[in-house]
Amino acid sequence: MGADTTQHSKTTYREAMREALREALRSDDRVFLMGEDVGRYGGCFGVSLGLLEEFGPERVRDTPLSESAFVGAGIGAALAGLRPIVEIMTVNFSLLALDQILNNAATLLHMSGGQLPVPLVIRMTTGAGRQLGAQHSHSLEGWYAHIPGIRVLTPATLEDARHMLAAALADPDPVLIFEHGSLYNFSGELLPPSEPVNLDHAAIRRPGTDISLVTYGGSLPKALAAADELAAEGISAEVIDLRTLRPLDDAAITASVARTHRAVVVDEAWRTGSFAAEVSARITEESFYDLDAPVERVCSAEVPMPYARQLEEAALPQTADIVAATHRAVD
Amino acid sequence: MSVARPTRTRKDPAHPKAGKKAATTKSAQRKANTGPPTGRTGPEHRTDLLEAMLRIRRFEERCVELYSAAKIRGFVHLYIGEEAVAIGVNEALTPEDAVVSTYREHGHALARGITAEAVMAEMYGRTTGCSGGRGGSMHLFDASRRFYGGNAIVAGGLPLAAGLALADRIRERANVTCCFFGDGAFAEGEFHETANLAALWKLPLLLVCENNLYAMGTALERHEAQTDLAMRAASYGMVAWAVDGMDGEAVEQAARRAVEGIRAGTGPHFLELRTYRFRAHSMYDPDRYRQKGEIEQWKSRDPISLLMDRMREDGELDDKELARIEQRVTDEIDHAVEAAEQAPEEPVGHLLRHVTSSSAEAVS
Ligand SMILES: Cc1ncc(C[n+]2csc(CCOP(=O)(O)OP(=O)(O)O)c2C)c(N)n1
Repeated sequence: MGADTTQHSKTTYREAMREALREALRSDDRVFLMGEDVGRYGGCFGVSLGLLEEFGPERVRDTPLSESAFVGAGIGAALAGLRPIVEIMTVNFSLLALDQILNNAATLLHMSGGQLPVPLVIRMTTGAGRQLGAQHSHSLEGWYAHIPGIRVLTPATLEDARHMLAAALADPDPVLIFEHGSLYNFSGELLPPSEPVNLDHAAIRRPGTDISLVTYGGSLPKALAAADELAAEGISAEVIDLRTLRPLDDAAITASVARTHRAVVVDEAWRTGSFAAEVSARITEESFYDLDAPVERVCSAEVPMPYARQLEEAALPQTADIVAATHRAVD
Repeated sequence: MSVARPTRTRKDPAHPKAGKKAATTKSAQRKANTGPPTGRTGPEHRTDLLEAMLRIRRFEERCVELYSAAKIRGFVHLYIGEEAVAIGVNEALTPEDAVVSTYREHGHALARGITAEAVMAEMYGRTTGCSGGRGGSMHLFDASRRFYGGNAIVAGGLPLAAGLALADRIRERANVTCCFFGDGAFAEGEFHETANLAALWKLPLLLVCENNLYAMGTALERHEAQTDLAMRAASYGMVAWAVDGMDGEAVEQAARRAVEGIRAGTGPHFLELRTYRFRAHSMYDPDRYRQKGEIEQWKSRDPISLLMDRMREDGELDDKELARIEQRVTDEIDHAVEAAEQAPEEPVGHLLRHVTSSSAEAVS
């Protein structure tokens, strides 16, 4: 991860996401992008830069600062046959639209006895690591994964940033996509997809035999770095990228633990009531007799995210914490 | 901010009104503003209004009995006293228009043409209910009639209604989305966010505020700093006015005017309908916050009696005719109750259906 690259052979996560949006807008005239500053400004993280010029203000639609109204408008437009992509600047602000997401988007299909599917995609930034303080840095995707009726995606790689959106738009139900803010500048070579993205499956990002590092989103690079360090010590760590928090791919986790007999769950949310708690509980329920050690969890400290660099770093799960948790499980 | 406005025309051959009703001259427009689009006027039309209001009234009176008999449960919010609003507004809408409603929506649903049978079955939680037993009194839906509930979160339906209207505008369909809500919604941010968004984007949205003077037990002057609701709506730059919500014909006229304006592309319109609920907020409410005298005073302006008196005065209604209407409505509701009693319960094995679209097929 570093500054935006100027090398042409490389793509950033941001560019991959933008390309996904461009493709969506091009290939289906029911699709439109809507949110605060997605147009003139180019998206507060620069993801939609240039799309207004390309598609015009009807399809790349700047909204007032009204999270509830424009998310709800997305739901209504989806009900009426369009395929809106709604951008919320960060997960913190999505709380102002929680009523619409939880009480409408997630429930209308069920409350209507199957009559009203809501084919809506909501994108938002999540996570810390950029010294933005407590109101711009939290990881609340696990809360959303609590809700039946929606799908929760956490693209962590360039390929997923590029290709998950199309699959999300093909889903007849509401899909929430969480983009970790520290991933936008991540750059590398974008590989063509070998097959269409399957939103139901987790991915093994690195195979291993001694321990399963189960993670997603912004923590994936840290888990991979930890696996590198562990490999140097002779410990073979398997890195599972959950990709989809709801519905959760239990089978992938169970299969991995059956091979490795140990697990560390890495999640940037607070430990208490975290998504890591859910994953850990499932491993206990489904893989108890495969386990050679208690499931370890690496989460954020129980503190509103501090601004000061060293405090923020201390609050967040770091590569060293993952390595240390692995040692506790393996030794 | 610049939003390119597509001109809303009826040239789209897919539009149900394409080619018809091209109001080009001023006089033609005036005509469109006064006559009902269905062409129904005079005594027959009044009879229809009366019957539609009686259907709601009798349906809900039966609900009270059924609730007391524990046949139906949950929160049940009755509309008795407010029937003129649902019926009058519905007269101005076409089947292609969309309706978004609240938890007090039996009247809106019946006005929209959802059968008493489907609504009653929903109250019973039966498979044949208009929401398959998953909604109950507060969550009535019918996609085929563009009836989008049934929202039990105060003001929660407003943003959604803006989205339905937005979709129609983007698709250049000449539809209107009508959103019902109470005076209580005025204190919620979602009302103001939606009013701003709809006016900013000139959405084809009809905002219908049913001002019955109370949000549960809190009187209007105890929950709003400024009680002139139409004035506040107008401050967003939309056409807004207050109407006697007890006079079905006045409601209809106002709604027609508003809908014509919206279809002409002048953006959202707001109607404050001054009405009153004769019953408590819900079946649980002991109604301790209102004076008997106040209720009696409003009952003297019962929308149904008001219309009947007018019809009698004009020689359009006699006892025989009224008896015939009452009988039709009673038969309809008797039949609805009977059908609901007979209807199968949704099997518990279907519990996880309709959580996601795939669960609709996967679980059987
Ligand atoms: C967001 C929210 N807060 C509180 C409630 C509880 N509640 C249900 S109805 C109601 C009063 C609403 O009054 P109004 O909007 O005037 O509608 P009316 O019931 O008079 O038709 C309240 C407070 C709710 N359903 N939703």
